[in-house]
Amino acid sequence: MTEMTGLRAWLLTDTPHSRGQARLANLYHGWLAFRRNPMAMFGLAILIALLAIAALAPWIAPHDPFYQDLTARLQPLGTPGHPLGTDSLGRDILSRLIYGSRITLYIVTLVALIAPLAGLIVGTVSGYLGGWVDLVLMRITDIFLAFPRLVLALAFVAALGAGIENAVLAIALTAWPPYARIARAETLTLRNADFISAVRLHGAGPIRIITRHIWPLCISSLIVRVTLDMAGIILAAAGLGFLGLGAQPPSPEWGAMISEGRRFILDHWWVATMPGLAIFTVSLAFNLLGDGLRDVLDPKGEK
Amino acid sequence: MTPLLEVEDLWVRFPTRTGILDAVRGVSFTLGRERLGIVGESGSGKSMTGRSILRLIRPPGQVTAAHIRLDGEDLMQKSEAQMRQVRGERISMVMQDPKFSLNPVMSVGDQLIEAWRVHKKGSRSEARERALGMLEAVSIRDPERVMRAHPHELSGGMGQRIMIAMMLIPDPELLIADEPTSALDVSVQAQVLQIMDRLVQDRGMGLIFISHDLNLVADFCDRVLIMYAGRVVETCEADKLHEAKHPYTRGLLNSLPRLDAPQKRLEVLRRDPSWAETPSVRPS
Amino acid sequence: MSALFFDDVSVWFGEGRDRVDAVRHANFRVGHGESFGLVGESGSGKSTIMRALTGLAPDWSGRMAVNGNPVRSGHRRDRNFYKSVQMVFQDPYASLHPRQSVDQVLSETLHLHGFRDIEPRIVRLLDDVGLGSAFRFRYPHQLSGGQRQRVAIARALAPEPSILLLDEPTSALDVSVQAEILNLLTDLRAEHKLTFLMVSHDLAVVAHMCERIAVMQAGEIVEVMGVDEMRALTPAHPYTRKLLQASLGYTRG
Ligand SMILES: Nc1ncnc2c1ncn2[C@@H]1O[C@H](COP(=O)(O)OP(=O)(O)O)[C@@H](O)[C@H]1O
Ligand SMILES: Nc1ncnc2c1ncn2[C@@H]1O[C@H](COP(=O)(O)OP(=O)(O)O)[C@@H](O)[C@H]1O
Ligand SMILES: [Mg+2]
Ligand SMILES: [Mg+2]
Repeated sequence: MTEMTGLRAWLLTDTPHSRGQARLANLYHGWLAFRRNPMAMFGLAILIALLAIAALAPWIAPHDPFYQDLTARLQPLGTPGHPLGTDSLGRDILSRLIYGSRITLYIVTLVALIAPLAGLIVGTVSGYLGGWVDLVLMRITDIFLAFPRLVLALAFVAALGAGIENAVLAIALTAWPPYARIARAETLTLRNADFISAVRLHGAGPIRIITRHIWPLCISSLIVRVTLDMAGIILAAAGLGFLGLGAQPPSPEWGAMISEGRRFILDHWWVATMPGLAIFTVSLAFNLLGDGLRDVLDPKGEK
Repeated sequence: MTPLLEVEDLWVRFPTRTGILDAVRGVSFTLGRERLGIVGESGSGKSMTGRSILRLIRPPGQVTAAHIRLDGEDLMQKSEAQMRQVRGERISMVMQDPKFSLNPVMSVGDQLIEAWRVHKKGSRSEARERALGMLEAVSIRDPERVMRAHPHELSGGMGQRIMIAMMLIPDPELLIADEPTSALDVSVQAQVLQIMDRLVQDRGMGLIFISHDLNLVADFCDRVLIMYAGRVVETCEADKLHEAKHPYTRGLLNSLPRLDAPQKRLEVLRRDPSWAETPSVRPS
Repeated sequence: MSALFFDDVSVWFGEGRDRVDAVRHANFRVGHGESFGLVGESGSGKSTIMRALTGLAPDWSGRMAVNGNPVRSGHRRDRNFYKSVQMVFQDPYASLHPRQSVDQVLSETLHLHGFRDIEPRIVRLLDDVGLGSAFRFRYPHQLSGGQRQRVAIARALAPEPSILLLDEPTSALDVSVQAEILNLLTDLRAEHKLTFLMVSHDLAVVAHMCERIAVMQAGEIVEVMGVDEMRALTPAHPYTRKLLQASLGYTRG
């Protein structure tokens, strides 16, 4: 117990004694602020559970997600051995959902890495350099923004071929422009700030200023935004899966599962509803998490 | 005769992660129809004192007081709806930066006219007449043009005069001015102060003048409260401020560079922890 | 040869109809080791002169020189320029990066100037500005306004400049803290033989810090006077008299 309080005091001190301590203390303060938001904690818990489920899928799934048993087709909820029932080919829905979480996480991670990074680079370069660079980059951004996201993604997938990787690429390509906008707007307010002028007076060049001084201040609002957008990304991936352009059967991707289930939606509602509920839960969790992160990361909310 | 304002044992508290922060600690004072200055360093609780009279402290901040009486009526007992009435009609407040107090997308004239009609329920043309009159009262030379202007087209001094005009429309009994001239150049500052001075005198209002500028308060006010760490450490007649006794007040006065007397080094304030602990003094 | 030399310097912002002539035909020179003040109302172009010199305001004409070396037109400056001229900004709440600790700020600055012995230099800089190592790993939000301004001064001193540009270094601070910072600047100037160019709207502060003072009005320097003239309230220009009168305090009209 005394050790705990010693650690707490070490983290909460106003006079850190090393770089590492200062960093950790900063993180700890953020965590303390985050912890005060119960809904955000709830969202975080769901996402941690999702991670655990994805990691442990082979051990916790009761059945092989691809094993077909045509004698046990379309079993209802609560069937012994199949708590969430089975689909039209007699595959266990629970096991498919559990394995599907891996695909969902895969999509989410890739999109969350590609889109904001692309947006960050385009937006900060455009905002900091200004002039014709800004003009060209922002017109390109406008062109991407002018297309409805799903239609553009459809066009990409049609051109690149169906499949998860291409779906991810298509979603990322359509998702970056809003991030570029946000990053540019933040950069415009930052580029004339005194602390940027000060590093310029020590001879720092544009690349250093953008990556070391502007990025750290843009990233927090991007993280918040990505988290809030995550629901949309999951839905877009599911939408592509639903249209048959994303994950291909027999892959247990949640959107594709809904698509398969829609043929029986009237008589066997659970086949489409269970993956729908999974998508809903994870999207909600990301939204809650995003709200909490905004409180912690967005300095405008404080003071 | 009852004084205009009596404040007794005023506390303002903010709960924080590390415990309760007392921003104002047991402040008491009374105010007649006079100019009372509140001075002190930033963070000493001046603004919180001013705002808590209007009960304008946002949660989680909490205000407690034995009483805050305006003409004998206790403001602490009033409901939020009754307070809104008090704020509009009997006590007005002018803030430091007019940019944040005026509506940026509405012309100055429309804002003045609307403010007048909210309080006086007159026709639009009458309101317009009165608004023009108000602008003349705060020494604006070209009121017709200023009526059409939007706040961002005005200089700081002009904006602050318009704020004062707006605050004076309902004929308040008490004006609270929180650093009204701190963002202005000295020459403009003098004009704004003159206007406030004249209006206070002509209308017999009370004025609470919050500032960090000791010399200004000494010249402008009748009486001064000096605040340190949420307490009133000293109170005196404004023209006797330069003879103040408390080491904190003396320290503040001595740390100012002077135009009339060269100094090699400036005196530095040595803070004594006991200043923050002795209870607030009570003006006689 | 003067430390700073300004000859017929004009600075403007924008083009065509939006053009603002912020400084017009400014002439003055600052000797080595001298402390020179610029006073005037807000918007009179005081900061703009400094920003043109340092390249933060790129549109200017005329001639400027630092220690006899002419300054290049536009906003480009070479490494030697930044080694001899540094600036302290007005608002210590805006001049430090909110996510960088004191240590990060100073070590990056030293790194940019090509120093190798960063560790001992940080310790020395912090001692120089009276902060000490206890503050080394703090973030700006853990510092008061005065402490922040000390960090900004340490950063400006990092390349061991000979000229310090001070843009209202104390106007955002309380008077008691102002006294500490002004004393610190006086000490540093004596210790490092610095030349100061200091902007302020507070005539008493400028009189305390500077030997010669230029008065600006609407982009023009209307008068350059010695501090004794100013203290004796005997300036030549009527605008200067008006400024001095106003700063003597409020008189009931
Ligand atoms: N929302 C808040 N939460 C916590 N503390 C606050 C809050 N607002 C103000 N304070 C504290 O109240 C004290 C007094 O503030 P204020 O009255 O604004 O000072 P000043 O004398 O500069 O006007 C300060 O120390 C400040 O830190
Ligand atoms: N980036 C800018 N763009 C356009 N106008 C500017 C800019 N910076 C300053 N100005 C104008 O230049 C004039 C002088 O400003 P400044 O040098 O900051 O005044 P001071 O420092 O004396 O208060 C002002 O009229 C101001 O509006
Ligand atoms: Mg205040
Ligand atoms: Mg300036």
